[in-house]
Amino acid sequence: MMAVHEELQNVPPEKLVVEGVSKWFRTRRATMHALDNISLNIREGEFVCLVGPSGCGKSTLLNIIAGLEAPDSGRVLADGKPVTGPGRDRMVMFQESALFPWLDVMGNLMFGLKLKPNLTNKERHEVAEYYLQLVGLQSFLHANIHELSGGMKQRVALARALAPNPRVLLMDEPFAALDAMTREQLYRDIQEIWQKRRKTIIFVTHNVREAACLGDRVLLFSTHPGRIQEEFGIGLPRARDINSVDLAKYSAQITRSLKRHLHLEMAEAAG
Amino acid sequence: MKRALMILIFFVALILIWEGLFRARIWSPVLVPGPLSVGRYLDGAILDGTLWHATVVTMRRLLFGYFLGIACGLPLGLLTARFKFMEDTLGIVALGLQTLPSVCWVPLALLWFGQTEAAMMFVVIMGTLWSVVIATDNGVRTVPPIYAQAARTMGSSQFHTWVTVIVPASLPFIVSGMKQGWAFAWRSLMAAEIYVTILSGFGLGHLLHYGRELNAMDQVIGIMLVIIVIGLLADKILFSPWERFLHRRWGTMRQ
Repeated sequence: MMAVHEELQNVPPEKLVVEGVSKWFRTRRATMHALDNISLNIREGEFVCLVGPSGCGKSTLLNIIAGLEAPDSGRVLADGKPVTGPGRDRMVMFQESALFPWLDVMGNLMFGLKLKPNLTNKERHEVAEYYLQLVGLQSFLHANIHELSGGMKQRVALARALAPNPRVLLMDEPFAALDAMTREQLYRDIQEIWQKRRKTIIFVTHNVREAACLGDRVLLFSTHPGRIQEEFGIGLPRARDINSVDLAKYSAQITRSLKRHLHLEMAEAAG
Repeated sequence: MKRALMILIFFVALILIWEGLFRARIWSPVLVPGPLSVGRYLDGAILDGTLWHATVVTMRRLLFGYFLGIACGLPLGLLTARFKFMEDTLGIVALGLQTLPSVCWVPLALLWFGQTEAAMMFVVIMGTLWSVVIATDNGVRTVPPIYAQAARTMGSSQFHTWVTVIVPASLPFIVSGMKQGWAFAWRSLMAAEIYVTILSGFGLGHLLHYGRELNAMDQVIGIMLVIIVIGLLADKILFSPWERFLHRRWGTMRQ
């Protein structure tokens, strides 16, 4: 009895709950069913990857969780409270860096921190410096954004998203535009930071291997309408190497499933 | 240093050529005075205070009207970019009036305000205002929506986003609009000053006008040089620092 109780205690609480979320996009020409009745529970401290072909609505789901878009039906709960708009507890890291070019690196980090009450400016500076150090860019404090490489920009974006200490980090294909070497480094970094800072991360990507490398769970999306087709638990120890053989097995499995769904869809469309 | 020397040599050469042409007596010295007589006129005008006084009068009109124009144009541009209703009303008005050469405001200003400072100010404001409205509107529309989204996830309110994201993000447009507004205002003010005598103050335009009346070519050319120098200084003092900042931050500087 005691053991059961303890076990129940040890289950981390639901951080994010997505309940029957649907979304349609209406243009003058057509209506697109972007998301169809998506339900999803994400526990505190979980790293969940949403993977699927482009146009499957995974980014839309991320935006809905972020509060940047409203669902047509269903709702999202963050810590049990319905999401009605963007909030500091759910920070987003976008595909392009979305860094502000009129501010330097420090200014970008300070933007979110200045909006956080109950901090002195000195504390804000210390926090900003800490996170810049965490992403290894402490010597670029006063660099202009355009002077940074693509990888460095995404590091700054990561530091900017982490600095206000959100519990949830929503990442929308943040490494898609980077070269392979930089990406590999960032896979290591993001895993390390995730373990160190115990964030809940939802990571959207179309790269199956990337998803398998990073996620505790990988949710495979299908298109038209966007649905969660299949779920994979990745039971590999951390920190994972993108090139490891074990990982390749998982990604092959996911890829097979993805292709099967794509074929089915094409057959349906043809039929 | 080498660059400064080059510039110096260029302008000295220019004056020498002018002096040479003057000495060659190709044209009547009444029509083409030499640099020395222009210099003498400027020296005299500086000593008896007329030049200084006229410059102050002109600059007061210009700067006051200009900054008033920006102060009104910036918020109006933000409004036309933000609200469809404002775009369809004020936006169209601004677009129309911006195509009107600002000198065309002079007759209207004189009828409305008479020969007063207000008329001059009005002309300058009309020259500045519409350029700034259009540029601000344009700038806001080109701001990538992702900036505002990023700001909102960081807890920025609607108003805060406008002030700290949308406006700075459209700065390159706003500054070029301000520059255009300056050029329009400066040109129309000169036209107005040449066109009419305002008894409350003689500006540089008046000196130019009276140079013509008195057939004093040295005065005409001297004042023209002063107007050119003011234009250059305005560019260097008012706009260059901004543009340098923008180029450095946005990385648009040409090497």
